[in-house]
Order: sequence, then structure tokens, then C-alpha cells
Amino acid sequence: MIKKFDKKDEESGSGSNPFQHLEKSAVLQEARIFNETPINPRRCLHILTKIIYLLNQGEHFGTMEATEAFFAMTRLFQSNDQTLRRMCYLTIKEMANISEDVIIVTSSLTKDMTGKEDVYRGPAIRALCRITDTTMLQAIERYMKQAIVDKVPSVSSSALVSSLHMVKMSYDVVKRWVNEAQEAASSDNIMVQYHALGLLYHLRKNDRLAVSKMLNKFTKSGLKSPFAYCMLIRIASKLLEETEAGHDSPLFDFIESCLRNKHEMVVYEAASAIVHMPNCTARELAPAVSVLQLFCSSPKAALRYAAVRTLNKVAMKHPSAVTACNLDLENLITDSNRSIATLAITTLLKTGSESSVDRLMKQISSFVSEISDEFKVVVVQAISALCQKYPRKHSVMMNFLSNMLRDDGGFEYKRAIVDCIISIIEENPESKETGLAHLCEFIEDCEHTVLATKILHLLGKEGPRTPSPSKYIRFIFNRVVLESEAVRAAAVSALAKFGAQNDDLLPSVLVLMQRCMMDSDDEVRDRATFYMNVLQQKQKALNAAYIFNGENTHCAPSLNLRALVCVDISGPIQEVRLCLSVSSVPLANTPITEQKTEFAPVATSKLPEKPGPTRQDIYQEQLAAIPEFQGLGSLFKTSEAVQLTEAETEYVVRCVKHTFARHMVFQFDCTNTLNDQLLQKVMVQMEPSEAYEVLHYVPAANLPYSQPGSCYSLVRLPEDDPTAVSCTFSCTLKYLVKDCDPNTGEPDDDGYDDEYVLEDLEVTVADHIQKVLKPNFAAAWDEVGGDFEKEETFALASVRTLDEAVGNIISFLGMQPCERSDKVPENKNSHILFLAGVFRGGHDVLVRSRLALADGVTMQVTVRSSDETVVDIILASVG
Amino acid sequence: MDTVTLEPSLYTVKAVLILDNDGERLYAKYYDGTYPSVKEQKAFEKNIFSKTHRTDSEIALLEGLTVVYKSNIDLFFYVIGSSHENELMLMAVLNCLFDSLSQMLRKNVERRALLENMEGLFLAVDEIVDGGVILESDPQQVVHRVALRGEDVPYSEQTVTQVRKTALITSFISTYYTAQCGICSIALLTFHSPET
Repeated sequence: MIKKFDKKDEESGSGSNPFQHLEKSAVLQEARIFNETPINPRRCLHILTKIIYLLNQGEHFGTMEATEAFFAMTRLFQSNDQTLRRMCYLTIKEMANISEDVIIVTSSLTKDMTGKEDVYRGPAIRALCRITDTTMLQAIERYMKQAIVDKVPSVSSSALVSSLHMVKMSYDVVKRWVNEAQEAASSDNIMVQYHALGLLYHLRKNDRLAVSKMLNKFTKSGLKSPFAYCMLIRIASKLLEETEAGHDSPLFDFIESCLRNKHEMVVYEAASAIVHMPNCTARELAPAVSVLQLFCSSPKAALRYAAVRTLNKVAMKHPSAVTACNLDLENLITDSNRSIATLAITTLLKTGSESSVDRLMKQISSFVSEISDEFKVVVVQAISALCQKYPRKHSVMMNFLSNMLRDDGGFEYKRAIVDCIISIIEENPESKETGLAHLCEFIEDCEHTVLATKILHLLGKEGPRTPSPSKYIRFIFNRVVLESEAVRAAAVSALAKFGAQNDDLLPSVLVLMQRCMMDSDDEVRDRATFYMNVLQQKQKALNAAYIFNGENTHCAPSLNLRALVCVDISGPIQEVRLCLSVSSVPLANTPITEQKTEFAPVATSKLPEKPGPTRQDIYQEQLAAIPEFQGLGSLFKTSEAVQLTEAETEYVVRCVKHTFARHMVFQFDCTNTLNDQLLQKVMVQMEPSEAYEVLHYVPAANLPYSQPGSCYSLVRLPEDDPTAVSCTFSCTLKYLVKDCDPNTGEPDDDGYDDEYVLEDLEVTVADHIQKVLKPNFAAAWDEVGGDFEKEETFALASVRTLDEAVGNIISFLGMQPCERSDKVPENKNSHILFLAGVFRGGHDVLVRSRLALADGVTMQVTVRSSDETVVDIILASVG
Repeated sequence: MDTVTLEPSLYTVKAVLILDNDGERLYAKYYDGTYPSVKEQKAFEKNIFSKTHRTDSEIALLEGLTVVYKSNIDLFFYVIGSSHENELMLMAVLNCLFDSLSQMLRKNVERRALLENMEGLFLAVDEIVDGGVILESDPQQVVHRVALRGEDVPYSEQTVTQVRKTALITSFISTYYTAQCGICSIALLTFHSPET
């Protein structure tokens, strides 16, 4: 079977590729011998092979040259050489999209597909269907129907598969062949069976009943082909999911019975289908898990891989179901296929105990460099989950992560590691210094701007509070010298935080700032100038306002605003305050629109990123459109919606409370769930318990069935008694009912008044306070000062744990927990909670609450604010 | 756990590749639009090769795709499918391809022998996978269908009528080709209809 190649090819040595230096033009030139008579099958075959080889290498053929070669090739149909003929079919398929007028060969192919030579028939059908369009398909429909039920398997399979390809293009024609496909499905040949099933499903997939009937038939009669079984399992599990049938359905029984099939392929497909089903219980999973366990010790790598990959998925949701396989998974750790080993280890990390962590980590590190990025990310995620589960193991993890950080890898991989390290630092104060050191090392040689800025921000936040902050300065200043603008700007911000917090470092920081003021980038220069001016004042309050807790202001206002600050900063503090009243603007109101996108990761890493208007902005706009509410000033706070009715009642009403400086607006969103009623003039009458005064009602004119509408009430807050922050309103829905036709919605002319009692609505202290995040609470505490500080001690008898107490306080006061103090460390008897907020009217409020656990919780609350009344209000409401 | 159940489908194989021991493409067939351009395909092949040529393990997950592979002397065979695909099905395709070639090349599965039988390879892959659907998984059947035999039918065995018809058709085709005329094409099609 050794071919005679051109002399040149033979000379080029045995190891070379005879096709290597093929020239497209030379090959096309050679193709002229197709026209020679008599046909030399061997030479022609070789030239066709070259053409297909070139196409396969991705060589581009122009339409003209392709058409020319194609037409020359059609002449080769005269030869009876089998291989040559088959290569002609291949050429037709390869050139179908490149050459013009390929339909010229239709009749030759039709002849071959209906001829006596079985070897030609299958491939001829496939080539023919490749060049046929819908109209032509009708012409050969008769032959296709015959071919589908042909007794020669290759012919039948070819016809079925080609029909499947044609379904996309000519669904209506192929649909008519269902009966033939049905007949083919009962063929003895396993591939014919598989292809027939596939075609039948594609034709019927939109008809759930037909699919279910088909499933029923085949699951009963049983099939020979393992491929067909896999297909059946997929169809069954899809149907189960769509119909949300319970796991007692016969379809589930069928899938489960496939776990005992003699083909591994089928068993695996069934196990995988069960594992992927939503809401599977551990008991239903058990048989699937036990076959996967058997596969773990298979000699076939693909089977082991498939099994452990599926077990890994089970472990995410049901770790306990996989623990039985731990021993088998242990054996896979040393598997020569690294993908299998990685999956085995990450699965074990999810299911194993704390004691095995060290050993597993050692195992992974031995081959982490050999696996692909996809798996590395999987490993990092597993570690991240593990750190949360076993916080005591952080030193092992940190070590491991730092090694991974040094290795090569893509952005996704590096980001996963950095995120993981940051979360460890935040969870475990002991690991802070090692973690920061690793990150410093990483940014020395980091090509990803986003990661560098993120780390610099973290350094600025955490670095100054470590025992030896000076060692980080070098790393940060190196960034200023070496990196791109975004990183330089972030580095300047970080430097400022060191200068503001560490007096002994301040002189050196100022020198460094001076250098930054000569930077070539505007943003860097502006930041440096701004911080320089603030730092030179050496006033704690200024530092706190503009360096630690000014994150919102740094990025939000335009540069002009900052320039203004620089000018005025030499004046007294009060004046600066006025210029920059932005700092007391609550968190959610901060406009984020002008932010430079490249700095977004620095500034908003703590904020939820909200491009566009916030929920409150939308409400503000809506309220401003109502004439009665003009002149109330800007909206201070909008609460979450409160339901005033049960979920399934005739009318559904929920209330949103909007707080203004001296007023409150209650927005009632009402929905009418009765389709035979139209409500008009809908309003909610409110009876206050305290000195609150209802000024206006704005009714909703019409409330048709299922279209929500809003009515409003305007309430004035008592001015003579500012401490009356809480109040209870009893509410009644009042409206005019008109009966209407449920179908047309046409109302009767007459109506009658009616009312509907709603649940009471409460206004609490939380409605008067807006959350503000102070990244550096201690600095904010000093800034507000102790002028109006009050302290009181309470006993919370009904509360049993510190967690519960913390949760209660936060939700009661509606303030923002700072410094992650909302998380109570385990096994501690005391805790300090820091809360920050802004009271209605723009006064900062800070609360420090010390909690001690002993027979209930004892709480010592210290409140500071810029206004004495506010302090009193808070303490009064807590008590 | 992703609960994305894939649409049950016969389209199983995304690509079949054969590379040599320098990672050069000897054969590549992509069945869907995952890698539409030649440039993307070559980049993918480079990535695959760099990740697999050193290790002798059969399966890997790359760029979100499941890759099953097998190497022999200086050849690397790959079958690629979706990461949700049944790995054993892909393995069945790979084994069928390898065993078919092994028989066709008389157990001499290496680069030189393969290059000398490229048409055999082309035909075999065509019999195993058609447009992404597994057409046949039994190597015996594949070898039988590829049937590399009867190459040497001498020209003299063609009958005189065949030769005469050949000449006639040739003249028709050339007329058609130069004129590019629709009427001629109809004439040709009717002439060529399978009455013999």
C-alpha cells in the first residue's frame, strides 16, 4: 500500500512530511490530469488526497479555483475505483461551501445511493444531503425514506444521521419520515437504533406527550445499544425536570435501573443523571454514589476521571454522601493523571476532617505546577472554603497560597488566590502580617492593574495598624516609581493613610508625597496635592474625614471639588466642613457617576457597585413629581417595604417609609386581586398614637385588577418634642368599589364606599438613621469627639447568645456595623460592636456597644454624636 | 452544582485532532463553531499539545472542554467534546479511531505510515463521526466500510460504452462550465438521471 510520491518528496528523508511543502497552486495545476483519458486512479487519488489535506490544514481556496477543481473532479465519477470514488464524496463535502454549483453532482450521487454497491450507498447519501437544499430534498424524498429502512446498517445510519442534519433546515420535509424512523428504531443494529432514537426525539421534542410515549415504549421494550440507552436517560431526566415529577415516577425508576446495566457507559450516564437532578435526597443519591465508588478503582483513566468529577459535584451539596468513598479517593491522590488527583483531593478537602488537611495540602503542592489553570482555580476555591471551615489551619493555607502566587498563571487564577488571601486576613487577625507580606511580595511583580490596586487599598487599610508599619512603605513607594497611573494613584492614597495614622512616619511620608506631586499623571498629582495639604494640618479630625473615611468623596466628586478643598483647607475646620458637606452625605446617596472606571476597584471595593441611579434616587424622582410633596427638601432615607396584609388576601398592601428632614411620606403600594372589582379613590387613613400629625392624603384614582397603584400620606414629625422618634399608626384602606365584568373589565356606573382594616404600621428609630460605613472607626470616633458622649448599661435578659444580641441591635438601630464587628468570633464571652450612621438632619452618630455574656447579655452602650439631642434619642430608644 | 441539563442530542463530538510529536496538525476536523477561525483552532491545538504531550494520561479538561487523548510513538490522537458530555462516549470514539487505524496500518501506527495513507485516515474519520454525530463505534465495521481495496482496477476493464459515455459527459460538463448556463444544467441533470 506504499504510494509512489514525487521524487522530491522521497529525497527529503524518511522523517519528513511528504505533504509539508505543498503549494496550493501546484496541486491545482496537477489536478488537470483529472481531465486526461484514460483516468489514472492512483495518481488522481493522490492529488485528491493532497487537496483535502490542504483544506484540512486551513488553506484558503478562492471560489474560482475551488469551482475549477470541483468540476474537474466530477469527471472522476467515471472511474470505478472504490477508494477514488469515496474520496470524491469527501471532496464534495469539503468543497460544498467553497465551490459554486455543487448541485451538478446530484444525479451522480443519487445514482450511487440507489445503486448496487453497498460501499457507495451510505457515503453517497451523506454527501448528497450535504449539498441539498429544501426544494431539492423533496426530489430525493422517496430515496431517503427507502434508505432509512434499508436493511444495510451503514445505509440506514447514514440516512438517519443526514436527516438529523437536515432537520434544522427542512423540518417540514423530514417530519414526514417519522414512520420510517420509527421502523428503523426497532433495527437489530445498535448504531441504527441510536440514530433512529436521536432523530425521533429531535422531531418530537416540542411535543411532551409524544416524547413521554416514546420513552415509555423504549424503556419497556429495551434497547441493545448503549449509546441509545444514554440518549434515553438524557431524555428521561430532561422530562423529569420539566414536569417536576417526583422521584417515585417510573422515569426515575428507569434511570435507577440503568445503574445495573452491563455497559459502563450507561451506568455512568445514569449515575451522572441522578447526581445532577435537583432536590435529590441522600437516600436517592446512595446507589449512584456507590457505582461511582466502584469506578474509582477502574483501570481506565477516563472512567476514574468521570467518577471523581461527578463525586466532586456531589460533595458540593451532600458532602456526607461522599464520605463513604474517602478511602477510594485517597488512593486516587497518587494517580498519574493529575486531573484525577486534583479532583480527588478537592473532593476530600470538602468531605475530610481537619486532621487530614495538612497531608492533603502537601500532596497538592507536589504537583500543582503540572495541572491546568482551570483546575488550579478549583484548588484555590477548595482552599478558600476550607479556611472558613477550619480557621485554625490558616498558616498552612497561607503558606501554600503564597507558593501558588509565585507560580505562573493567568489573571483568573491569580485573582482567585488574592481574594482567598484577603478573606483569610479578614477572618483571622493573627494571619494579617504574613498575609500582607505575601501580597507585598506579589505586587512587586504583578502585571494585573486591578489586583495591584486592590492590594494597595488593603495595605493602606490594614498596614498602618500593624506593629511595624514602616516596612510596607517601601513596597508602596516602589509602585509609585514603577507602575501605571492607576496603580500609582492607588499607591499615593495608601501612603497618605500611613502618614495620617503614624506620627513618626509622617515626615518621611510628606517627603514622598512631595515627589508624587511632580507625577506626569493628573490624577496622581491631584491626589498627592490633596493629601499633602490635609496631612500638613496635622489635625486628627481632618485626617479622619478625608483620608480614612473619605473613600466615598475621593472618587465621587469631580476634580474641581477637590481643588476647592485645597484652597480652603487653610481656613478653620468649620469652613472646610461647609465646603465639603459631601462627607456627611449618606452612603447610598453618593453619586458614583463621575467615578473614573479604572479606579473603581480601589474606591468601591467595599461598596456594592451600583452603576446608574439607586433605589432611593428613583423614589426621590417619583415623589418630586407629586405637587403636595414639593418643598419637603431632599429625601433622607427610604426604608424597605413592609407588608400590611397577609400574602393571599383580596387586596395586597405594602408600605415604604420615606423620611425627610421634618416630614415623613408613607407610600402604600396596593394591588387589587379581585378580577370583578374596580377600586377608585383609594387611600389609607392613618391614626397616629403620638404627636404626629397627618397633613395630606394623596389617593390613587383607579385600581383595576392586578395593576399595582400607589397612594401616599404625608405626616409632619413633632417639632416640639424631637425625642418622639417612634410612633404606631393604625391604618385603614378606604375606597369606592365598582363591580365589573371579569372578562372585559367594564365597570358598573354605581359604586359604594368600603373599607378594609390593615395591620398597624410602626415608625422606629431606625427610620431616622441612615447607614454610613466608616472604614476606620477609631478615627471617626476621635473626629466626632467626646463633647456629647453618653454611656449607659442595659441588661438584655431574653437574649441567649452574643450573635443574637448583635443582630438585634443592628436591626433595631438601623446603623452600619464597622470593622467587621458584626461577626462575633466563636467561643468568646465578650464582644464590641461598632455602629455608624447619620441621623435625620445630618448629624453623625457613632455607637460603641460592649457586650458581655453571662446569664443573658449585658450591654454597655456609648453614643457619640455632633448633636446632644441625637445622643439622647438613641439612648432613650434603646432603653 | 450546576443543574444545567443539556438538550439531549446526538451531537457529541466537537473535534477530532491528530498532531505529530512537534504539535503540528496532521489532521483536524472541527464539527461546530467553538473555534471558528483557523487561527483560534491552531491556538487551541497548541494549548492542548503543551498540556498533554508530556503526560501519558488519557483525559483532561481544557478551555472548558473535555479532551480524551492517546499517544502512540510520534502521534497524538484527540477527541474533544463538551465538558458535560459523557466521557466514556468520547473515549469510545477515540478507541474506535485508533483501533481502525491500527488495523489499516497493520499495527504500524506512526507518523510516516499515517502520512502514506492519508486517504485511509480521511475515510475512516468520515465513517466514525459525521458532522459531530457518532456514526460508528466498531473498528471492524469502519475498516470494512473504508475497504481500501480494488485500487488496481485496470483501465482496460472499463467497457467501451463507459468510455464513450465518459467522453459525452465530459463534453457536456465543459459546455456547462464555460457557459454557466442554467438550461444546460437542467439538460445535464436529466441526462444524468439513474436510468442505467
